[in-house]
Amino acid sequence: MRKESAPPNNFINFILYKLYKLKKTINFKQNIMITYSFLQHYWWFIISLLGGILTFLLFVQGGQSMLFSLSKTEDERRLLVNVLGRKWEYTFTTLVTFGGAFFASFPLFYSTSFSGAYWVWMAILFCFTLQAVSYEFQSKPGNVYGKRTYQSFLFINGLLGTILLGVAIATFFTGSDFVVNKGNITSMFQPVISSWGNEWHGLEALLNLRNWMLGLAVFFLARTQASLFFINRLSHEVLEKRSRKYVLYNAIPFLVFFLAFVIWTLLSEGFAVDPQTGVVSLEKYKYFTNLIEMPVILVLFLLGVVSVLWGIIGTLLSEKFKKGIWFSGAGTIVTVCCLLLIAGYNNTSFYPSSTNLQSSLTIFNSSSSKFTLNAMSIVSLMIPFVAGYIFYAWRAMEKKRTDIEDVNNDHHAY
Amino acid sequence: MELLDVSLLGWSRAQFAMTAMYHWLFVPLTLGLGIVMSVMETLYVKTGKEEWKKATKFWMTLFGVNFAIGVATGIILEFEFGTNWSNYSWFVGDIFGAPLAIEGIMAFFMEATFISIMFFGWNKVSQKFHLASTWLTVLGATLSALWILVANAWMQYPIGMEFNPDMTRNEMIDFWSILLSPVAINKFLHTVFSGWVLGALFVIGVSAWFLLKKRDTDFALRSMKVGAIFGVIATALIILTGDGSAYHVSQKQPMKLAVMEGLYEGKTNADLLAFGVLNPDKKVYNDSIDPFLMKMPVPVPGMLSFLGYRDFDAFVPGIKDIIEGGYETPKGTALPFTEKKARGKAAIRALADYQKAMAAKDTISAATYKAVLKENYAYFGYGYLENPEELIPNVPMVFYSFHFMVGLGMYFLALFVVVLFFVYRKNIEKQKWLLWISLLTIPLGYVAGELGWVVAEVGRQPWAIQDVLPVQAAISNISSESVKLTFFLFLILFTALLVAEVRIMLKQIKKGPETH
Ligand code: HDD
Ligand code: HEM
Ligand code: HEM
Repeated sequence: MRKESAPPNNFINFILYKLYKLKKTINFKQNIMITYSFLQHYWWFIISLLGGILTFLLFVQGGQSMLFSLSKTEDERRLLVNVLGRKWEYTFTTLVTFGGAFFASFPLFYSTSFSGAYWVWMAILFCFTLQAVSYEFQSKPGNVYGKRTYQSFLFINGLLGTILLGVAIATFFTGSDFVVNKGNITSMFQPVISSWGNEWHGLEALLNLRNWMLGLAVFFLARTQASLFFINRLSHEVLEKRSRKYVLYNAIPFLVFFLAFVIWTLLSEGFAVDPQTGVVSLEKYKYFTNLIEMPVILVLFLLGVVSVLWGIIGTLLSEKFKKGIWFSGAGTIVTVCCLLLIAGYNNTSFYPSSTNLQSSLTIFNSSSSKFTLNAMSIVSLMIPFVAGYIFYAWRAMEKKRTDIEDVNNDHHAY
Repeated sequence: MELLDVSLLGWSRAQFAMTAMYHWLFVPLTLGLGIVMSVMETLYVKTGKEEWKKATKFWMTLFGVNFAIGVATGIILEFEFGTNWSNYSWFVGDIFGAPLAIEGIMAFFMEATFISIMFFGWNKVSQKFHLASTWLTVLGATLSALWILVANAWMQYPIGMEFNPDMTRNEMIDFWSILLSPVAINKFLHTVFSGWVLGALFVIGVSAWFLLKKRDTDFALRSMKVGAIFGVIATALIILTGDGSAYHVSQKQPMKLAVMEGLYEGKTNADLLAFGVLNPDKKVYNDSIDPFLMKMPVPVPGMLSFLGYRDFDAFVPGIKDIIEGGYETPKGTALPFTEKKARGKAAIRALADYQKAMAAKDTISAATYKAVLKENYAYFGYGYLENPEELIPNVPMVFYSFHFMVGLGMYFLALFVVVLFFVYRKNIEKQKWLLWISLLTIPLGYVAGELGWVVAEVGRQPWAIQDVLPVQAAISNISSESVKLTFFLFLILFTALLVAEVRIMLKQIKKGPETH
């Protein structure tokens, strides 16, 4: 609304004034080819991709949930903590970025879901807060609560973080209990745009069996991938052997829960949007239809699943096969990304309200303006560059597998 | 629908303030110590002296401990806009979300990636690559500060946006004016420099402790020197940018300035107070009671006018003037509160009517309402206020915070200069009194930074977004019991973690550089 350029009163202002002038000459070029709808789809893809990457990186949490069971000695546990400890920041940062990107691209989701499903999100945040200090603090003298406590924090994060994130994402398919009315901002006494329909504020999602299916699938997937990660990273025969067993123990429940969720979802009603009127209605086999109508996603989805299975089965069949994590990791990213895509593409509501259908959020009614999506799309071009230096750094640091010797020689080891 | 619980606003604010202030206990040390250790590692690579490496590693360990808890407190803030300020998140999310996302993509990943090389890569990557990683970690931290402060500055001075009545929200129309807003740049610099000041105070304080204990003297003297030089530079910069802050506040948030100075009645050639004691009997903004029991202006007359308007004779409006209007500004005669409120109410009503007309497909009336809305939109937020008193932030809190912060800034400058003097005389280890003062000043660095945020944030009440959205219209519809519960959960958790952090820090300091 207001626009002005400050008169150059001091040195800093002067520089700013110059920069401000400069910016006028380098303004964005609006590309006519890029439609609003394209940008909305593009950003739903970015969100889905981040969701996929986050699910893959949850192997750190999976590993944390096995700290006490997989290791039998103090040394073994220390080794596990240290290989996970070099990766935890990536998962954490991806979660933060996932939140930020969601805010920037679909702000109505950010405001409706976080304030509505308050307790679920708060619980997730809590256990990630616990995680953030636990690696750094656990072996330092004077840490007050003792090593065991911090390792329990890691365990809690591994258990709750994965299950609750899975449950929260499952509500994209099963629906929640909320009402959105943007016009309410003009009501003097009750200026609230989004309201949750019940006092449980998200905990009610735990009453839905289908949500649990995904929550547990994510949990066991994280543990499976953690086992694959240990096989890949550790130079420790005993732990490697045990990890192979853990692959089996966790992959089976993972597959059961995952298939149960997917089949159930494909066979149930979905939240369809009429592209002309924006009216939301329940449609039988909606998600299945989406897969059929978007064959590219169907193929990718199946390839993703196959890749995950390849990583798992390959590891189970051959003692020499240590690259399982790469196959299952890439497969996870693709599969989860596709799953989220069918929740948002093809005129589907990605955050449905089961109690007030017309409040449901779609990529059209909840997104940022075209201008913002456009600006953010330019920013998103940095993502490959970021991925590039992460990959480079990862390689530089991981030339050889880690053993207990390395950990003991590292002055910064946890 | 039930009415929103009145105490909800209080608890939501308390929760945000508490979590933000906790976060701010750790952030400035990350920013400041980061520079110190990077400089030391650079000296190590340049000179090849093992002593510099030892010093680098010592400060790096402290950095790591502090960093972890900074990250832990940060994630809560990131999501609190959604959980507790959901109206806000929709109403301005189109603009406000972008810097948060960019912060994640651009800054947090940089920190996360290079910090692991910095800590674990000493023997794995080349010396140069390691040094670059250390600097990139600090750069990442500083960039994250940039984006979040751009977001915060925009709340103080909203620009580059336009209201869209069909979506009931503000939309971004100019990315660069948000990023390059003079308020944002100044805020970024002032805030980052405050981190540098703290980093420098921390380094000279801890080094002073080693000198007092007569151990690791070589290391302590080295660190002292780096700390003192860095400190002088940082405090000079913070005073310079502090002046810029005050200038922008005067231009963009005159009420905040009036409250900072306890100025009820406006003046030309207004004096800046060096210090003052507020009169607790002053309860009403327009009574005749003197707001001060005692006050002491700085010796240069008209300093406040100069600070705010770069003109010793400029008129500085007081609280009463801002409420009653009638004085001249570059944009014309100031409007009284009653008029702003009427325009705000007109804007809100026009929005409601517009949406009704659109729903009824009555485009002709809709166009009329839209015009009314547009004309009055600048005062939209005033429509939510009832009494002029609501416009006034907490005067004592802002006034004292401001003056203590500035006083501390002057004192820090003096301290660094004196320390630097004795460092060059090469007998600082003999100045017991100075070493004690340096050690005891560490907490004051934290105090100054927190006070700064109190000035900035309490001073902008009642606005979440200046003139556009007051805090009561920004919150989420949750029960105040829920927010109260999370408030205490966070309080307990953060306090427990803080206790551990402080003890670990003390242990690490006592261990000293030798064992690293
Ligand atoms: C001037 C600097 C500054 C300010 C005002 C803030 N932060 Fe911060 N933040 C940092 C500077 C910083 C940092 C220096 O970059 C941190 C602190 C310690 C650290 O590890 O990184 C950080 C960490 C940090 C993290 C963890 C990032 C990670 O994954 O590594 C999050 C999510 C936030 N912050 C979010 C916020 C939010 C939502 C804020 C506003 C309300 C905020 N910060 C204020
Ligand atoms: C890290 C440093 C920060 C500190 C110490 C801080 C401090 C505070 C304080 C003390 C309050 C309470 C004011 C009151 O209710 O009386 C507050 C409120 C608030 N601040 Fe900040 N703040 C910080 C950074 C930010 C940033 C960077 C943003 C925005 C991006 C922000 C946005 C808010 C919001 C939304 C509220 C709640 C609404 C309100 O009461 O105005 N704060 N903050
Ligand atoms: C002596 C000179 C100083 C002056 C004139 C000064 C001035 C100001 C002003 C006017 C604000 C409010 C800005 C706003 O509301 O937007 C502010 C904020 C702040 N100050 Fe200072 N300050 C000084 C020294 C310090 C010192 C020594 C520190 C800490 C070590 C500090 C830390 C902060 C912080 C963290 C903020 C909040 C962020 C911001 O709004 O920029 N300041 N300062």
